[in-house]
Amino acid sequence: MPLRLERQENISPLRHAMAPVVAALVTLVVGAVMFVVLGHDPLRAFTIYFIEPLGDAYMLQELVVKASPLLLIGIGLAFCYRANRWNIGAEGQYVAGAVLGSWLALATQGTEAGPWVLPAMLVLGAIGGALWGLIPAFLRVRFGASEILTSLMLVYVAQLGLDYLVRGPWRDPQGFNFPQSVTFDDVALMPLLMGEGRLHGGIIIALLAVVAATFVLGRTLIGFSIELAGSAPRAAAFAGFDEKRVTYGVFAVSGALAGVAGIIEVAGPIGQLQPTISPGYGFTAIIAAMLGRLHPVGILVASLVLALTYIGGEAAQITMRLPFDVTRVFQGTLLIAILAADILVRYRIRRVEGTTHA
Amino acid sequence: MRKILSMAVAIASGLGLAGAGLPAAQAAEKLKAAWVYVGPVGDFGWSYQHDQGRKAVEKALGDKVETTFVENVAEGPDAERVIEQLARAGNKLIFTTSFGFMEPTLKVAKRHPNVMFEHATGFKRAKNVSTYNAKFHEGRYIIGQIAAKMSKTGTIGYIASFPIPEVIAGINAMMLGAQSVNPDMKIKIVWVNSWFDPAKESDAAKALIDQGADVIAQHTDSPAAMQAAEGRDVVAFGQSSDMIKFGPDSQLTAIVDDWSPYYIERTQAVLDGTWTSSDVWGGIKDGEVVMAPYTNMPDDVKKMAETTQAAIVAGTLHPFKGPISKQDGTLVVKEGEALADKDILSMNWYVKGIDDKVPGQ
Repeated sequence: MPLRLERQENISPLRHAMAPVVAALVTLVVGAVMFVVLGHDPLRAFTIYFIEPLGDAYMLQELVVKASPLLLIGIGLAFCYRANRWNIGAEGQYVAGAVLGSWLALATQGTEAGPWVLPAMLVLGAIGGALWGLIPAFLRVRFGASEILTSLMLVYVAQLGLDYLVRGPWRDPQGFNFPQSVTFDDVALMPLLMGEGRLHGGIIIALLAVVAATFVLGRTLIGFSIELAGSAPRAAAFAGFDEKRVTYGVFAVSGALAGVAGIIEVAGPIGQLQPTISPGYGFTAIIAAMLGRLHPVGILVASLVLALTYIGGEAAQITMRLPFDVTRVFQGTLLIAILAADILVRYRIRRVEGTTHA
Repeated sequence: MRKILSMAVAIASGLGLAGAGLPAAQAAEKLKAAWVYVGPVGDFGWSYQHDQGRKAVEKALGDKVETTFVENVAEGPDAERVIEQLARAGNKLIFTTSFGFMEPTLKVAKRHPNVMFEHATGFKRAKNVSTYNAKFHEGRYIIGQIAAKMSKTGTIGYIASFPIPEVIAGINAMMLGAQSVNPDMKIKIVWVNSWFDPAKESDAAKALIDQGADVIAQHTDSPAAMQAAEGRDVVAFGQSSDMIKFGPDSQLTAIVDDWSPYYIERTQAVLDGTWTSSDVWGGIKDGEVVMAPYTNMPDDVKKMAETTQAAIVAGTLHPFKGPISKQDGTLVVKEGEALADKDILSMNWYVKGIDDKVPGQ
């Protein structure tokens, strides 16, 4: 039976709002079945997954720490995706920002440098990420190269560059030749916000980004030109918006935010440069951006939910000895359910009558 | 609604849901021990062997311990959170089994002075942080000798993970073993920049075979290279665990990590209250490095391997015995001496005869 998706007009706000709720319920049902089949009590599993991580101050901080890079990168990606520019390489821009920012930390290591170091590192992080992001933008504007491919390939270039630096010139001379830099001086580290725990100043920057992006995307001509470039490129051209400028602009913003996320992570929870500085934040942030419907506030919520599934998944491994793969399947179910609910709200499934093309 | 709620409470308390918050009386007597793995326990290599060690602890100490593990933990900030969660969940002994867990382990250890930590392959210790590792290079010297005997092209293909000292030392030990049999042996090295990436490991093995290598050795965690070797009818050495079932006609032997004796000893020490921070580096003699059965080779080669193994156990043969020269010809170890442990643990140079460069140098 052939089926077709038909776009729905006039979707009620209620349906829109209910979609994620329905998705969550579906996930719970699927998850419950899975846990029962595996011989676990689903109620206990859900408690460990979703409730316990929220239950104490330390874990709440961890949740925010895990969510903030996703949030920063996701907001940047929203600029690109709204304009229909597909930046898949945020992971590389994250690394590029971390590398350029860390350069200053290492250059001032052991000197009397003052408290200006950290802010300067953040600026350098933004510049590094933006420059890395501008490469695929340039290749698209100048040669028409697919930014999906070029931005993705530049991820590996950035990662290998970082790898070279921490194994070669930036290696800690006291570190038995292991591939890592010295640990940063205090002036180059993100300040901690609480006495105990790892909550750091980066979250404030991330929240400021939410506010700023909401304003720019929703209330300014720039935001409008981005939106229009994405949804109606010809109309945008007639309206006099420069397509090239939009491309450069969104990639620069996206890269800069990813770069800031990178330097915050290195100067925050990690505290030094090492060969791996991201467990794939740049890619997970794509999911955060999509789940958040490319709206900064939505991305804030999505980042927290994603962080919760990671932390809950670890807790489930520890407490229930669930295998890693089960926790991943559960995460995957949640994402598919949310995306499916989203489609079903906006589209109607129609049976296609007859076979006219035969 | 109230009925459902009370039911939930009943189920929850029946299953010991509150376990994390309110330790039950009988749980308090058990020692809770935890392991953190960098890969999946099903990698049939590094993490798998650590998990075999965990199971051995459960078997040996039975009711006295309760173990748990977290697999696939990324090296970096996530590791610190996982270790912290384990410490908060009441584990009193935590094994972190990858080099990249070093700083996170130390940070968490600082906050939990009453929890003992054991970090594999690292070099930083604290009052409640021990380090442990195994002398894999002893096994690599033996497989170097076997490779030189078995190879017709005179070329070893080596799949390496990261250019850290342990891996460099492994390459050198293998080459020194090979040169002791055939001074003209060549080695080709591919860096896959991962501990566990079966697709890359397999590609690397195929590329090496295409370049004329007919003996494959690896310092990565999956049996993918062994499978590739089996498919191409060349011989290979297993790594971390006995990979004979992945290469029944290819595996010559495997350098098996056996963490069981160490894990049982250290867990027992915590139970006895005798645990202190230490640095343990065991080899074949201590049973930490085990050579899998010598297979798919003629009797004289097998005999040579066994003789070398016996000499290493007896202490009459040191894989890094002099004379050893660097690639540029400078003499590092004089005749009659052996390289000091600390120099092996910080090795970042190749021995003479390796026609390649250490990445990042």
